[in-house]
Amino acid sequence: MNILNTFLFVILPYLALVIFLIGTIYRYRYVKFQISSLSSEFLEGKKLFWGSVPFHWGIVFLFFGHLIAFLIPQSVLIWNSHPVRLLVLEVAAFAFGLSMLVGLINLIFRRSTNDRIRVVSTWMDYVVEGLLVAQVILGLWVAIEYRWGSSWFASSLTPYLWSIFLLEPKIDVVLAMPLVIQLHIIGAYLIVLSFPFSRLMHALVAPVDYIWRPYQRVIWNWNKEKVRSTATKWTIHRPKNT
Amino acid sequence: MDVRSQMSMVFHLDKCIGCHTCSIACKNIWTDRKGAEYMWWNNVETKPGTGYPSKWEDQDIYKGGWENKNGDISLKGAGKLRGLMNIFHNPHLPVIDDYYEPFTYKYLDLIESPARDDQPTARPVSLITGKPIDIKSGPNWDDDLSGTPDYARKDPNLQNLSPAEQEAMFQLERMAFFYLPRICNHCLNPACVASCPSGAIYKRGEDGIVLINQEVCRAWRMCVTACPYKKSYFNWSSGKSEKCILCYPRIEAGLAPACMHSCVGRIRYLGVVLYDADRIHEAASADESDLVDSQLDIIMDPFDPEVIASAKKNGIADSTIKAAQDSPTYKFVKVWGLALPLHPEFRTLPMLFYVPPLLPVMASLKEVDNKAQAEKMDPMAKNWNDSWLYDTSTEELWGTIERARFPLKYLASLFTAGDEEKVKHVLKKLMAVRIYRRGKTVGDIDEEKVNKVMHDTGLTPEEAEQIYYLTALAKFDDRFVIPASHREQSIEMLDFTGDAKGTTGFGFKESPVRGA
Repeated sequence: MNILNTFLFVILPYLALVIFLIGTIYRYRYVKFQISSLSSEFLEGKKLFWGSVPFHWGIVFLFFGHLIAFLIPQSVLIWNSHPVRLLVLEVAAFAFGLSMLVGLINLIFRRSTNDRIRVVSTWMDYVVEGLLVAQVILGLWVAIEYRWGSSWFASSLTPYLWSIFLLEPKIDVVLAMPLVIQLHIIGAYLIVLSFPFSRLMHALVAPVDYIWRPYQRVIWNWNKEKVRSTATKWTIHRPKNT
Repeated sequence: MDVRSQMSMVFHLDKCIGCHTCSIACKNIWTDRKGAEYMWWNNVETKPGTGYPSKWEDQDIYKGGWENKNGDISLKGAGKLRGLMNIFHNPHLPVIDDYYEPFTYKYLDLIESPARDDQPTARPVSLITGKPIDIKSGPNWDDDLSGTPDYARKDPNLQNLSPAEQEAMFQLERMAFFYLPRICNHCLNPACVASCPSGAIYKRGEDGIVLINQEVCRAWRMCVTACPYKKSYFNWSSGKSEKCILCYPRIEAGLAPACMHSCVGRIRYLGVVLYDADRIHEAASADESDLVDSQLDIIMDPFDPEVIASAKKNGIADSTIKAAQDSPTYKFVKVWGLALPLHPEFRTLPMLFYVPPLLPVMASLKEVDNKAQAEKMDPMAKNWNDSWLYDTSTEELWGTIERARFPLKYLASLFTAGDEEKVKHVLKKLMAVRIYRRGKTVGDIDEEKVNKVMHDTGLTPEEAEQIYYLTALAKFDDRFVIPASHREQSIEMLDFTGDAKGTTGFGFKESPVRGA
């Protein structure tokens, strides 16, 4: 049992993180063509709405919720110090969880029933959707069964996660947790692990820089004005169209 | 003044015979691939018609292009806020059925079918799912006005015409159409570039060709919505957007693009224009009635010493300036004012210009009494009751334009954002050249009349000769004036020659395989 626990809560996270880092960087640098959201809206647009929209908004909110509880747990605890605010946070998070679940079910149903979408589906798509569905169901279960997770996550689980990143893993707290929560943690590691091998990659290239980028883009192979000037020193010139 | 050079095109619609050779040349080179079967980077539409994808001109449906709100322009269906909010589901994205589901036939069944009582058939199958389909639409489904009730009558450009005018267009005897070949316009104010969240689409500084970096495209799909001409296509297999690349590998080698090179009617012209990049935003924000003029206004005179000096300062090569001076596009668009942009009201400043068709606009129909003729004929002869005659006479100089068979309003809706006078002016000029040449070669029009049309349209005999030459006689090198991209230096665009020499032929390129 000890070996299994060590594997699941110490080795697996490191394995997942290392593979995530190496895999995503490798893919971004050397097989860039294959990074895409692989949208299938062009083949089927109506049903996608009821899947993609609730799923994405749900997962985006929940991801940032977990991230904040991990990075600045104090802020969550301060917010939760007032019972009404705790209730608001928990209900909102649960609603986004439900939204994500409904969206996912619609997406899986659409993927497996529409001929056109089946053609552009890989087995990895089903694996990822299966992982996410399991994860969100576990998450909702935890939210109902082991109430006020936003508070105990910030106070109990965040130190465990930090211990992983600080390279001195302490798993006592996790071992004391109920099985459902343990499964939720393992699920998270598996999702992180699957990033470089799946379309989840597209979450890493979310177009945030579009917000501050100027609308028009003109790319010159070289700065002709500079190249032609005798004052410019001769250098190795390697323009890139990126 | 920030002078840049732009590869710009003119399509002479009077010369287009609708043979689709351009489309095939393009398809065979670029889009004969999985996921791209439905794409026609070059397509030829019959007008009036709904086009490809169906009703692409109706921006109430597709939300393409820019709109002017209180003097400033913004993207109609995309942009920073709208694009990012709609990134999980783009409500204005056309789907494959708006184009057509690509198909093939199971030809092998014809050969391998066992002996039966019936003839074997080759059933159509979808190129997406591989399953049998009923073909509902295909490339040029409405070619030559076929299926007029479903297609031509739903042309968005007919909205401005009164019901009576529309009816007149579709009377069987009066039916008229022309062809509209379309490629990417390589706009000066491209909506696709502005809408791309990943910044994958860009305009090449050197020649203004708009390209999509396939390695950066992430299938956020906004360019498909934003391009009002629907010339950015989504590859459903690779999960990347693609578009016309103006055959830049050919242009860099000094060759004309495949669609232009193969053009049977020789309707296509390609040349450089110099423009002032500082005034793009201003030109695109102009009032709708000024849009054509403001767009033409930022195209600069390549003979003006000030422009030349500014161009040189910007590093534009002498060979490119020379090409701009010899450019057939510059002549058609600026010197003679014969070519107009397609749908300037989309505000993308398209760099593909069209010479509007004189025929079928001009040939109006006259009802004639041919009883006298019929009586002369042998009783055995078939007596056609047709009492309609094309009026191609030159009795009345502008009568055929004033009472055009094809409502000028329709052409104005296509080329001048609704300004009929501008279209009329161009058509009169084209007519004047014809009258001038007819007076010269046939000799049945007296000089006074010729002089009058020339005076009315402000043409000189030299200009008329030049227009005639470039329209009717122009040789390959007159139609395509492509400046040297200095092929010998082209490797420097990608690599430092000191590093790259001796490595030619080694190494690998990533194959464009769909990712997981």
